[in-house]
Amino acid sequence: MADSFASVVQLAADIRSGATTAAAVLEQHLARIDQREGEIHAFNLVLQDSARAAAARIDADIAAGKDCGPLAGVPIALKDNMCTRGVPTTCSSKILEGWKPPYDATVVTRLHQAGAVIVGKTNMDEFAMGSSTENSAFGPTRNPLDTSRVPGGSSGGSAAAVAAGFAAASLGSDTGGSIRQPAALCGVVGVKPTYGVVSRQGLVAFASSLDQIGPFSNNVADAALLLEVIAGHDPLDSTSIPQPAPQLQASLTQGVKGMRIGRVTDMPQGCEPEVLARLDAAFAALESAGATIVDVALPSLEFGLTAYYLIAPAEASSNLARYDGVRYGNRVGAADINAMYGATRSAGFGDEVKRRIMLGTYALSAGYYDAYYGKALKVRRLIADDFAKAYASCDVILTPTSPTVAFPIGAKSNDPLTMYLCDVFTIPTNLAGHAAMSVPFGTGAHSLPVGVQILAPSLGEVPMFRVAAELERAS
Amino acid sequence: MSNASSAPTHATVLPNGWQMVIGLEVHVELDTKTKLFSASPNRFGDEPNTNIDPVTLGLPGALPVLNKHAVELAMRLGLALNCTVQASTFHRKNYFYPDLSKAYQITQYDQPLNIDGYLMLPGDVRIGVERAHLEEDTGKSTHFGGTSGRIHGSDYSLVDFNRAGVPLVEIVSRPDIRTSDQARQYVSELRSILLCVGASDAKMEEGSMRVDVNVSVHKPDQPFGTRCEIKNVNSIRAVGKAIEYEARRQVDVLESGGVIRQETRHWDDSEGRTHTLRTKEDADDYRYFLEPDLVVLDPSQEWIDAVRAALPMLPAARRARLATAAGVDKESEAIYVIVERGQDDYVLSVEQSGGDVARALIYVQQAFAEEGAAPKVPAKDLAELIKLEGAAKITATQAKTILAEIVASGGGDAAAIAAAKGFEALDTSALETLVDTVIAQQEDAWNKFCGGEDKAMGALVGAIMKASQGKADGKAATAILQSRKATK
Repeated sequence: MADSFASVVQLAADIRSGATTAAAVLEQHLARIDQREGEIHAFNLVLQDSARAAAARIDADIAAGKDCGPLAGVPIALKDNMCTRGVPTTCSSKILEGWKPPYDATVVTRLHQAGAVIVGKTNMDEFAMGSSTENSAFGPTRNPLDTSRVPGGSSGGSAAAVAAGFAAASLGSDTGGSIRQPAALCGVVGVKPTYGVVSRQGLVAFASSLDQIGPFSNNVADAALLLEVIAGHDPLDSTSIPQPAPQLQASLTQGVKGMRIGRVTDMPQGCEPEVLARLDAAFAALESAGATIVDVALPSLEFGLTAYYLIAPAEASSNLARYDGVRYGNRVGAADINAMYGATRSAGFGDEVKRRIMLGTYALSAGYYDAYYGKALKVRRLIADDFAKAYASCDVILTPTSPTVAFPIGAKSNDPLTMYLCDVFTIPTNLAGHAAMSVPFGTGAHSLPVGVQILAPSLGEVPMFRVAAELERAS
Repeated sequence: MSNASSAPTHATVLPNGWQMVIGLEVHVELDTKTKLFSASPNRFGDEPNTNIDPVTLGLPGALPVLNKHAVELAMRLGLALNCTVQASTFHRKNYFYPDLSKAYQITQYDQPLNIDGYLMLPGDVRIGVERAHLEEDTGKSTHFGGTSGRIHGSDYSLVDFNRAGVPLVEIVSRPDIRTSDQARQYVSELRSILLCVGASDAKMEEGSMRVDVNVSVHKPDQPFGTRCEIKNVNSIRAVGKAIEYEARRQVDVLESGGVIRQETRHWDDSEGRTHTLRTKEDADDYRYFLEPDLVVLDPSQEWIDAVRAALPMLPAARRARLATAAGVDKESEAIYVIVERGQDDYVLSVEQSGGDVARALIYVQQAFAEEGAAPKVPAKDLAELIKLEGAAKITATQAKTILAEIVASGGGDAAAIAAAKGFEALDTSALETLVDTVIAQQEDAWNKFCGGEDKAMGALVGAIMKASQGKADGKAATAILQSRKATK
């Protein structure tokens, strides 16, 4: 299981103290990649050369007595939708194959500054559209805990890389659950911070009003450390909240005594019984640790999925229009400009991306805007209102992360609507712009991990991490 | 650019009582150092694709950050146009074109920064300004091969992204304009205001000011007709010509039983006509939606107040001030020209140095066309020249000669130049003696002059000037001739 790997906190401390070296730690991870990457396919690109150079540099600096930052020498993997200067960034799409960004995403810059060693770019559903990482143009990623099953998605490569010990931690992006759901299915911790807490500069956009970068890790403390490193105001992202990063590590030992934990009374149907049993166990654990369980109603929750599948594709149809073959990425030549656009985009995008571009274009079109996109925006406000009422009586809310444990590869890939239901618990958070995270809490069917989701209000990361740490202690 | 405001009216009245209804959409590039959403330079005329960056090129992951100075210039313009500045938002206008790098333009849509203003034209004509909103410019495409000069049918096209992301303000007038002259006056006045507040260099020839014209025709007792939008109107002169052509075209269509379709038309300046660019049916559906990468632009009242307080005196007020000082009509050409050149402060400073302001107005208008708002000639030098002339120490002709010399050398002592050139004006009694001598010598011309032949006066004045070796004042000589004729 995932927790057999050394923690980021421990690795960083050992490298700093000289108990081990960045190079040795990197080689351990590269050896695991050598062993299992062939069957798992977590990466689009493994950066062994630049990683070895970075590790050697860190070791030299530490030997010279320099402070190399809180992640000095720790191998980290990046979802392949975060721009890395001079390093291919594909979004697992043929249309961007071979494109090398001329700049680093803000999170990448901050990881470098903190001393992290970037070990590779991870596989994902194309342009982050999917819940299984089967929609990658470069082939699916497999769940390290059962390679006949999906790792979840869209950040499946990042989740699998951590679960397989290919990286000590990783970054993913979450637009409707793309960090939390794969975290749950791979048995790792995954955090979707409050919208605006982590800069989106350099994150290739899927749905700009929903996208947020967050960490995957083997434990709650590592997630707290990573989030502290990547969070905080960035003037290059106008939607970045003008605040410093939250101080999370100190909250991990505070316990949950006196906290009020919300239990949703009108839960969507369709959860596996073992998943619901683990949720009940989580409530019981928190109650016995001194928290109070409070019933809350979220009546608009059931409309979240519908609203999301109008808003996210609408924004995507605009965000992905720039892939026209004119300036970068792949081009398919044709007789005139419109034919070139058509040929390039037909060849460059996969089915799910095309489906969402069409859906979003339709939802924004004259004559349909009010009935679809406009109405979805109203639902989005209603969901935020519902959450506001719920948080008047509780600090955080607990739900399952995913209705099911990891499902077999191919089980849902021909049925988009069933696939979309994977995100029923995670989507409302993105619509509201709130924080949420998934923490592994035992196993369900087939002895596969179950994740419990902790929902918190905007900038509620501190109470969220207090509860996460308590659940980790209880599991 | 010459001022059109006081040019003679040649707007033709449409036949059979038809009346034009005109609205103008003017795009101006703001005079900022950098682009609207990135740090690339906003500079015209550089090598293609040198003022670019990830945001300008629409690279994946690049995000827009609003330029505060652009907002300030837009507010300055809005306040100068008597607009209300309000909380505003940005939208995406989605369409595919190679010079639109993101495949959407970021523009203000239903909540523009400036709303509900107006602009005054000569004769106290008030033209409503519906809105003045911020948006980004596109890149510039050049199409090679083919015959149409458009992308379809061309062999290849090149795109220059230097202009992409340059801040624009689009100023939309209400359909309050009724003649092509008013339209030209509106553009001219708007240009003066833009220059005055420093929002833009407003050069139509460089494209930093671009005018789209909406024209419809109707009978006064009928609702407004269907409008056509005319693009590619690249000079103030073309604004007038395009409107005249388009209004007549629409009248011709209607008079022959046709209907006007709502469409976008292209002004061909060399042919002097408009032709269909695209009809409403094949117009793009821009799928506007709120730009999720930006937040609400809500200038604080303190900021708005500070911008308002820092506004310079606007052209209308400056014209009134200058006209009052000079004792001339505020709508006279000289007043417009001087204020548009920004030379009104200079003219008033000539007055402060003791020079007659009306005379200064004329001299500056005539001789300072190539000078900017701060002419090289010190105001006191011009004042000394005017004083010399006013005291009849030199003639008007001599004054002009001296003025040309002062302008050429960037200043000079008028009295010294006059002395060096041997300039002096004859005093009145000497001039009267000279006039009488010429009358006696040129009896034939004198008789013709007295008989009412105006040409004869020219011969007499010419003879007087010649006899005086240029020291006679032409006007004074004419006055003496007239009085001699009256008392004959």
